Amino acid sequence: MLYREAGDFKTTYAADSQTFPIKFDRYRYWAVLGIAWLVIPFFINDYWANAILIPFLIYAIAAIGLNILTGYCGQVSLGTGGFMAVGAYAVYKLMTAFPDVNIFFHVILAGFITAIVGAAFGLPSLRIKGFYLAVATLAAQFFLVWLFNKVPWFYNYSASGQINAPERFVFDFAVTGANAPASAKYLFCLLFVTGCAILARNLTRGSTGRQWMAIRDMDIAAEIIGVNPLRAKLSAFAVSSFFIGIAGALFFAVYLGAVEVGEAFGISKSFLVLFMCIIGGLGSIFGSFAGAAFLVLLPVALKVLGVDVLGWPSSTVAHLQLVAIGGLIMFFLIKEPHGLAQLWRLTKEKLRLWPFPY
Amino acid sequence: MKMKTFATAALAGLLASGPALAELVLPDLSYRTGPYAANGTPFSDGYQDYLNLLNARDGGIGGEMIRIEECETAYNTEKGVECYEATKGDAALMYQPLSTGITYQLIPKATADGIPMHTMGYGRTSAAAGETFPWVFNYPATYWDAASVAVNYLLSENGDDLSGKTIALIYHNSAYGKEPIRTLEALSEKHGFKLTLLPVDPPGQEQKSQWLQIRRERPDYVIMWGWGVQNQVAIQEAANVGYPMDQFIGNWWAGAEPDVLPAGMAADGYKSLNMNRIQAYPVLDEIRTLVIDAGNGAGDGSNVGQVLYVRGMYAAMLAAEAIAKAQELAGTSSVTPAQVRDGMEALDITNARMTELGMEGIGPEFKVSCQNHSGSGEGLVQQWNATDKVWVPLTDFITPDKSVIDPLIAEDAAAYAAENGITPGCL
Repeated sequence: MLYREAGDFKTTYAADSQTFPIKFDRYRYWAVLGIAWLVIPFFINDYWANAILIPFLIYAIAAIGLNILTGYCGQVSLGTGGFMAVGAYAVYKLMTAFPDVNIFFHVILAGFITAIVGAAFGLPSLRIKGFYLAVATLAAQFFLVWLFNKVPWFYNYSASGQINAPERFVFDFAVTGANAPASAKYLFCLLFVTGCAILARNLTRGSTGRQWMAIRDMDIAAEIIGVNPLRAKLSAFAVSSFFIGIAGALFFAVYLGAVEVGEAFGISKSFLVLFMCIIGGLGSIFGSFAGAAFLVLLPVALKVLGVDVLGWPSSTVAHLQLVAIGGLIMFFLIKEPHGLAQLWRLTKEKLRLWPFPY
Repeated sequence: MKMKTFATAALAGLLASGPALAELVLPDLSYRTGPYAANGTPFSDGYQDYLNLLNARDGGIGGEMIRIEECETAYNTEKGVECYEATKGDAALMYQPLSTGITYQLIPKATADGIPMHTMGYGRTSAAAGETFPWVFNYPATYWDAASVAVNYLLSENGDDLSGKTIALIYHNSAYGKEPIRTLEALSEKHGFKLTLLPVDPPGQEQKSQWLQIRRERPDYVIMWGWGVQNQVAIQEAANVGYPMDQFIGNWWAGAEPDVLPAGMAADGYKSLNMNRIQAYPVLDEIRTLVIDAGNGAGDGSNVGQVLYVRGMYAAMLAAEAIAKAQELAGTSSVTPAQVRDGMEALDITNARMTELGMEGIGPEFKVSCQNHSGSGEGLVQQWNATDKVWVPLTDFITPDKSVIDPLIAEDAAAYAAENGITPGCL
């Protein structure tokens, strides 16, 4: 009844091609943005920011990035952790080399640096596909982690090999370092998430996105209809790495504040982001958010439920968490291979017909 | 995105129903899962059992009951941060993360929140400079002390001359494993031995190439900075390449029962440092009767008396002593984190006190001050007897070479202070 196109008349071309053609969708979109920007910052505390919302926002950016590459362009990548490390080390080097430049620009620049690195590692995709490409990106993952461990210039010759984010300000509010208020860190990440999501949504709706999807669906056919595979594949790698680089930069500078490349950006991170894309739904921006929320919130929710509410030993809960998350991943892959985004799509179909289903 | 708001709302409901408040809150960031569980479990058991003993026997510390908030980190920094944020709101008095990675993460956060940290023999060595790191304590010893103790032991084995010898350091390729390098380099310059660095990528199940290199180069000694599954694999690999066990020395985190037992008889003769003596302490019997038999044990009681169990108990004892000191200084039994910090800084551990507590000679005597947060830095060398399955102490507590370590600490602390705009000084 509420959720349908009928009665929502478009009088301009711009209105006709807008992102959310259904009125209810638009209201929902503005409501979510309104809550995220205007309500949450006033209620957020350290725990919600550092344990839940900031990791969720950052992983959402990374998942959007990987979704562009894997979900939209069909190029499987296991190098996400390595590319996040590029973003983190790039922002660290920029922060320490140019302390007077606003961190906002450093994060964007870190994204561009990662885009260049990502495009370079995307070159093999022109010759190899599928699992073979996954192995090539796996090489990127291991090479990049090894590089950041091996070359002391990247961590400014610190004794421990760790990088530590110095305190940086945006409009007199600290956004990095231990004294940064939770709301400032949250808003800084939210700004990037909003920007990245809008950018990704529009890229995938436009001709670039259609080229990526053509390559994904059948690359030979795409080539015949005039899509340049070199441009399409490399642009997918570059744009995807740009997002992942921003995610890595925020992950290091805002969320953790100190990282060690092997632990923070290891192969498990690549898999985690890949699972977010798969569970959330390949080829969907909403799916990236849903997948990130699922894998960030679920462990915390299970922990709160098990340890604080039921009073079980923390080790039992930790083991159960592994079982439950593994089980849920399998359940979703069997029951809904297209991810949470597909569930949302089905809900929308049902809503359109409600209350008179046929 | 709707799903997100729904999930957060559900989570908010769960969080609201928190536990009831108690008096002295000590979080235990433990790890009983993952590749480090074999080492994390006995430490946490010892820590909790001792605190439970105080609750059962003395009614807590100074009349205030202790509440332990256990939180599983799996030795993972992200989970460590989550645990820290989840527990700090409960007026947590002191953090002991038992992970150098998490320690690096928490040093700025705990400093900003005003909660003291005790990183016993791990974490950031330069936190010994208490004027730069007022909220971080690493008594009774640091990694750099450990490196120096190991070298001093080798010096005494070789008639005070290591020139021309080769020492290989096989280390956890992380902040933890990289910590001793700076000191070992300084010591190699001073004593003229050659240092070879062999990083092992965490968690360290795969070290074939490192041990092949050791087989090829045959260093005179191998020192190991390992933790978790890495220790077990390294000792097995050393046996596989036929490296003599008595020339293989682990640091104090690479010398406990779970590390050597998997290799069986092949581990016989393996040496390691230790910061706490292993004996039949009277307090262990009290723990067995009052805690384990009463059904309050953190584990099943099978690891009572093991190296890491005793170390966890030692850590709990130092925490309890610091809180008692804080209560004495503040004149109140319900102390705040800031008062506990003052108690830690005024801590004075004497042999008489350790005997009184039923753990005679568990560690060296030491005194903490504002300038020195690292204690005496002494460690002993022990050797594994695989037949009887016991660690046999080979030496008494060995003093580290402070003339090498102190300037390095001052330099690193000064760099940290400059980087973070800290003016060193006592609180």
